[in-house]
Amino acid sequence: MRSILDITDLKKVYEGGFEALKGVSLSIHEGEILALLGPNGAGKTTLISTVCGITTNTSGDIRVDGYCVKDDYRAARRLIGLVPQEVNLEPFETVWNTVRFSRGLHGKRRDDAYLEKILRKLSLWEKKSSRIMELSGGMKRRVLIAKALSHEPRILFLDEPTAGVDVSLRKDMWDTVNELKRDGVTIILTTHYIEEAEAIADRIGVINKGELLLIEEKASLMQRLGQKQLTVELQDAVTAVPDALSDHGLVLSEDGRTLTYSYDTQADRTGITQLLGDLSAAGLVLKDLQTAQNSLEDIFVTLVEEGQA
Amino acid sequence: MNLTAVKAIYIFEMARFFRTLTQSFISPVISTALYFVVFGSAIGSRIQEVDGVSYGAFIVPGLIMLSIMTQGISNASFGIYFPKFIGTIYELLAAPINFLEIVVGYVGAAATKSLFIGLVILATAGLFVDLNIQHPIAMLAFMVLTCTSFALFGFIIGIWAKSFEQLQLIPLLVLTPLVFLGGSFYSISMLPPVWQTVTLFNPVVYLISGFRWAFFGLADVPVGLSLLAIAGFTGICLVAVWWIFKTGWRIRS
Ligand SMILES: Nc1ncnc2c1ncn2[C@@H]1O[C@H](COP(=O)(O)OP(=O)(O)OP(=O)(O)O)[C@@H](O)[C@H]1O
Ligand SMILES: [Mg+2]
Repeated sequence: MRSILDITDLKKVYEGGFEALKGVSLSIHEGEILALLGPNGAGKTTLISTVCGITTNTSGDIRVDGYCVKDDYRAARRLIGLVPQEVNLEPFETVWNTVRFSRGLHGKRRDDAYLEKILRKLSLWEKKSSRIMELSGGMKRRVLIAKALSHEPRILFLDEPTAGVDVSLRKDMWDTVNELKRDGVTIILTTHYIEEAEAIADRIGVINKGELLLIEEKASLMQRLGQKQLTVELQDAVTAVPDALSDHGLVLSEDGRTLTYSYDTQADRTGITQLLGDLSAAGLVLKDLQTAQNSLEDIFVTLVEEGQA
Repeated sequence: MNLTAVKAIYIFEMARFFRTLTQSFISPVISTALYFVVFGSAIGSRIQEVDGVSYGAFIVPGLIMLSIMTQGISNASFGIYFPKFIGTIYELLAAPINFLEIVVGYVGAAATKSLFIGLVILATAGLFVDLNIQHPIAMLAFMVLTCTSFALFGFIIGIWAKSFEQLQLIPLLVLTPLVFLGGSFYSISMLPPVWQTVTLFNPVVYLISGFRWAFFGLADVPVGLSLLAIAGFTGICLVAVWWIFKTGWRIRS
């Protein structure tokens, strides 16, 4: 797959010495949707800002479709649309003028028909003559998206686009994102909502404390999600897993009261029936049974905690 | 040069001006009228003529200069400070434009606004006194140059400022005294000799003197010096802007 954004060993040290990015390397495929997950202060916005030219990187290389963001900033930035995390808009200006301004700023010739199409798609057409300050919060977010799309970018950054947005609008946004993907736009979004990443991303990256902990196809992550655990609580504590049960790969808890069995829900046979048979054959009395599924959230939390350790 | 972008900035900035057109128009008209009442009538009744020019007419160039300098500074400094303040500056930074294009767009718009106000004042003054402009082209050139250089200066202040207070500081603390002490309302030759010398260190003196020469053909300092002064000031501002551009000072973290 062709990559459209290549980041190599990107470091950012802010004035005052804070290291917000500690050598991030990342390749983004053309046409994919990448979700970046990470706790507050992880460096997601900083990463996006260095690519877009809002902050300068301390070291490392960033190439947008082959163009270096420093030396070929014009070519690189023409390809990029950015929806910032903060809703920063000129309050006294109308929606229409604001969006037109963004297009002009990117050196694109005036094209009212195209802007109308965008505003209609984002359900903003009726509001085109309203001043920004007369809009609701969700509408303002959509104006930001309209601005970012005004110059027909090939890569779109969405920095927490759905923060503070209601459920139906969120669905609308996902639809818009999917439509853009169909048009061949590459999308990088950050989010705190794991369901969001699950719902729309092709790949998922996890970033924490300025380091990229993981970047993986959603499908293969989901396979990891397919892992389930069966926890068996015993009436009486045992000191070791009985030999007769050794084939099942059970893990005994420290207090000797619970056994944990891992299995794959997608496999033909989970082995649960066999296990339960063997348990009673070994003379163990069961007190309770529980199953639990790994979620992306678990993976996320584990990764982040490991990163902190 | 990304001219489309420069145009976009210019139009967007001018829109702010047109939104408040009445206000932009009325306030210079009123303040000019007030100046004429206070200075022209009150002082003019004591000083009838300066170097053969009626006092009312004599103060017109100074009055225009005072306005276009302060307007140039405040328009340009506000123009670039406001996006910094409300955060929309991100768009300028992420756009495929360089700093020069940003400067041309913002400074161009600010200079246009102050030029407009200067012309409004000139027209208003024409209602009160007879103005016979001797060198109209030079007058216009002085006006355009002053508008531009002070808009540049304002742009630098806007980049530098971290608060609205700082934004007001320079115009209030530096410019206003320099303009009032710069011979806007009197001829330098009316001062005692010591003060005449001191005044020559005030750069505004040169601007007002040159501008007045364009009107009436009389000047406190040679016109060449006036031109040199404004060219020098523009040069200093350009160097400062170039340096800001090089280093990204107070714009890019
Ligand atoms: N201009 C700045 N100067 C100094 N430090 C900064 C600056 N901007 C961000 N930081 C620091 O860099 C770190 C990463 O910030 P960043 O905004 O990239 O996080 P984030 O992952 O986007 O977080 P969130 O989910 O809260 O938006 C934080 O510790 C933050 O305090
Ligand atoms: Mg952020």
